[in-house]
Amino acid sequence: MNKNILNFIATIIIAYILSLFMDWYSVMVASILTALLIPLKRVAVFFVPFLAIFVFWVIYSFILGSNNDFILGKRIAELLDLQGNIYLLLTITGLVGGIASGIAAIFGKQLSTLNKKT
Amino acid sequence: MKYLKILISLALTIGIFYALNTKFGSIPPIGKFLNPYSGVWQNETDESLSGEVLIKGLKDEVTVHYDKQIIPHAFAQNEEDLYLTQGYLTAKHRLWQMDFQTYAAAGRLSEILGEKALNYDRQERRRGMGYGADQAVKVMKENPETFKLVQAYANGVNAYIDQLTPESYPVEYKLLDYKPEPWSVDKTALLLMYMTKMLAGADSDMQYTNALRLFGKERFDMLFPDFFDITDPVIPKETDWSFIDVPQTPFPANQQIALDTIREVIDQPNPDNGSNNWAISKEKSATGNTILANDPHLGLNLPSIWFVMQLSTPNHKAFGATIPGALGIISGFNEHIAWGETNATRDVIDWYKIEFNEDRSKYKFDGEWKDVRIRVEHIKIKGKESYKDTVLYTHHGPVVYYKNFKSDMELAGYAMKWVGHMGGNNQRTFIDLNKAKNYDQYTEALQYWNAPAQNFVFASVEGDIALWIQGKLPNKWEGQGKFVMDGSVSENDWQGFIPQKYNAHSKNPERGFVSSANQHPVDENYPYFVFNDRYETYRNRVINNYFNSKEKISVEDFKALHNNNYNLKAAELMPHMLDNLDTSKLNEAEKEVYNQAKSWQFNNDINEVGPSIWREWWKAVYNLTWDEFDMEDSVMKSPFAYQTIHMLKNNGDNEFMDIVDTPEKETSKDLFQLSFSEAVTSLNNWKNENGDYNWYNYKATYAGHLLQALPAFSVFDIPIGGDRNIVNATSENHGPSWRMIVEMTSPPTALGIYPGGQSGNPGSKYYDNFIDEWAEGSYHELNFLQSNKATDKIIGSQILKPISNE
Repeated sequence: MNKNILNFIATIIIAYILSLFMDWYSVMVASILTALLIPLKRVAVFFVPFLAIFVFWVIYSFILGSNNDFILGKRIAELLDLQGNIYLLLTITGLVGGIASGIAAIFGKQLSTLNKKT
Repeated sequence: MKYLKILISLALTIGIFYALNTKFGSIPPIGKFLNPYSGVWQNETDESLSGEVLIKGLKDEVTVHYDKQIIPHAFAQNEEDLYLTQGYLTAKHRLWQMDFQTYAAAGRLSEILGEKALNYDRQERRRGMGYGADQAVKVMKENPETFKLVQAYANGVNAYIDQLTPESYPVEYKLLDYKPEPWSVDKTALLLMYMTKMLAGADSDMQYTNALRLFGKERFDMLFPDFFDITDPVIPKETDWSFIDVPQTPFPANQQIALDTIREVIDQPNPDNGSNNWAISKEKSATGNTILANDPHLGLNLPSIWFVMQLSTPNHKAFGATIPGALGIISGFNEHIAWGETNATRDVIDWYKIEFNEDRSKYKFDGEWKDVRIRVEHIKIKGKESYKDTVLYTHHGPVVYYKNFKSDMELAGYAMKWVGHMGGNNQRTFIDLNKAKNYDQYTEALQYWNAPAQNFVFASVEGDIALWIQGKLPNKWEGQGKFVMDGSVSENDWQGFIPQKYNAHSKNPERGFVSSANQHPVDENYPYFVFNDRYETYRNRVINNYFNSKEKISVEDFKALHNNNYNLKAAELMPHMLDNLDTSKLNEAEKEVYNQAKSWQFNNDINEVGPSIWREWWKAVYNLTWDEFDMEDSVMKSPFAYQTIHMLKNNGDNEFMDIVDTPEKETSKDLFQLSFSEAVTSLNNWKNENGDYNWYNYKATYAGHLLQALPAFSVFDIPIGGDRNIVNATSENHGPSWRMIVEMTSPPTALGIYPGGQSGNPGSKYYDNFIDEWAEGSYHELNFLQSNKATDKIIGSQILKPISNE
């Protein structure tokens, strides 16, 4: 399988497992781990875990919110000056998780270079 | 190079973690806050209303039935389990609110909100809120029966807190980034102090002292008479007081008032805090059953101040409004009786000027030096070092003001004497009232009530109605405590309290009804000293006129009266002002408003413009009248509306009518003309910015979230009429916070509603679902369950089970 796809799936699975006993930053740990285990190249280093967590968080949040008609989501979207727009709120949720993971993955990638002889 | 890259990427990783995990100003830690596992998305939940829950500390199983308003009906086997359940259920629906209110009461907001709350916290601690709560806990401990139940309530709250995990914390904790702390008896005591402050925490002694110094006694007495020329007191005028046959507190030989210049005072509770209650006799009732109503006027907050429940054991069933944090039903009914409260304002705060020795370790009293006691207040501040505030205590109470707080006096200060500092077994009153079966048991329950003094209305299935004004009330010499007193003379101390049996009351009066609306408790004939402690003078007259004018009264009449928008205050002044306007001097814009004002029938309905015109005109004429009270170096209180209107109508050339800043000598007629122009200008300015000034738009009633009306969690533009001084006392953010009508059939049938919802979760559809019906004047039928069996009104049932001991 394409390494990008493999990393994408692994990031989501590991992030999910870690989330059972860790707070939100588990996504950062997950992408460091996948970066070490399934190293990627160039922009993919950042964007694959970014997309993985973005998609994961957006879908997860969407399921939680839609079970309750987004009553709270609308209020939070107002609180954060998003004019009550829950799609913007979902996007920001995804971006927050995605950026944190992407940056952590860059660090993971750099760490993985330690093992290689230069 | 390799290591540099690692370091840079590590720094970035730590940076992003820090940025997303930290609260910046009012922005919550955004990663913590938005992530779907533990952030706010987890609060998108419906209420859990079924199933079984294991609860530590329960002795027997408890059944909780929820009806469609999600009012819980709890059936416990004994009282300890019942109050444990009340604590548990209240926490389940209102944890953040009850917790937060005790932080506010104790002066601990800096712990949550940071340094910006420090001045507030210092003020509350200097007011002696924590000290008062400590005294209350002491008294509770002397009453093991009460203490046991208050402890059970705390155990219930903690049973709920123990079930929580960070993802299930109420959303406000996530927003402010802190976590719930365990409940305790002290927290219930603090909550009761919070209510005492809200309802018996106001006084005007310092403002009156300034006014006396500036205007002299004669003018002061004219501006602030002890009684107005009309009084329609809570306890009817015709009451015979001859049973009070004890001597009164003698007037002191040399009372001295400290005629100081006082620049500022601590925050006062909202002066609109008040209420209506009434009950009618069997004879006056259309159905032959006594009927009772109550509507407490408090801030319109979300989560609402009230939480409605049914609390039952095999020996009693009580139903009505509870206050999260306190035990029992506060305004409600059981199978035999119904009760409700309005605030019985009385001057229970006095101020004493203290003279210290050179190092403030002693103060002068009766020619000797007494030791000052010290209470050190450690105020924790989020993200900062704690602040240590030393508060000096005298036998009067805490020295709130001296050079380190709102004063520049080095070796003197003002000590506060407050009934709120004296402790009491107040909780016992409600525990007993919830079980009381008749008038005698009601009066027995009341004797424990110290503060805040309340007008307790009563009706029973047996057919009695009554109203007791209950509280621990100082027995003052004539005039005592209107002004700041010399604290070094024992004659100025409170000499005792009015014996409880002599508190004013009325049982089955001939007129066929009892009522109270924060007006004067009694008239001049009551033997004990009572002066005008901010008494209301309008709602009571509308209510009493309504009852006097009708032979028979029904529940429908009660509803109509709750929703009555008649503005008696405007009706007593506006026609007079309109008649005295020189219409030839009006410009076009003024003429238009004049005609609108002329056609108004004094009802504050939402589609009227009259109420908005009145509001602006009254404000303008009031401010012009009392321009003498606008002082830079003295904190002032201008006279009450009733006396102002009386003077404007009957004493129009009084020296106070003159506007100090103009060379002319104005009379009230000039003020009417000037203030009308001012009012029209501000109305038209308002119109240009906001559109039509009908009462709905102009008043714009809202229910604000407890965090300074955080817009996202608040409800705005609620379509409801009324205003302060109107029976439907709904102003911008204040009004009937619970409306209840109980007809004493057997069992009683009751209606109730409040502007909020049972859930404290802004993500619940039950958070604000009562507001629309409340605004239109509707009520919910309260389903008073007579047994543990669910009826067709029940949408979910939950069993609370004890955790068996292995």
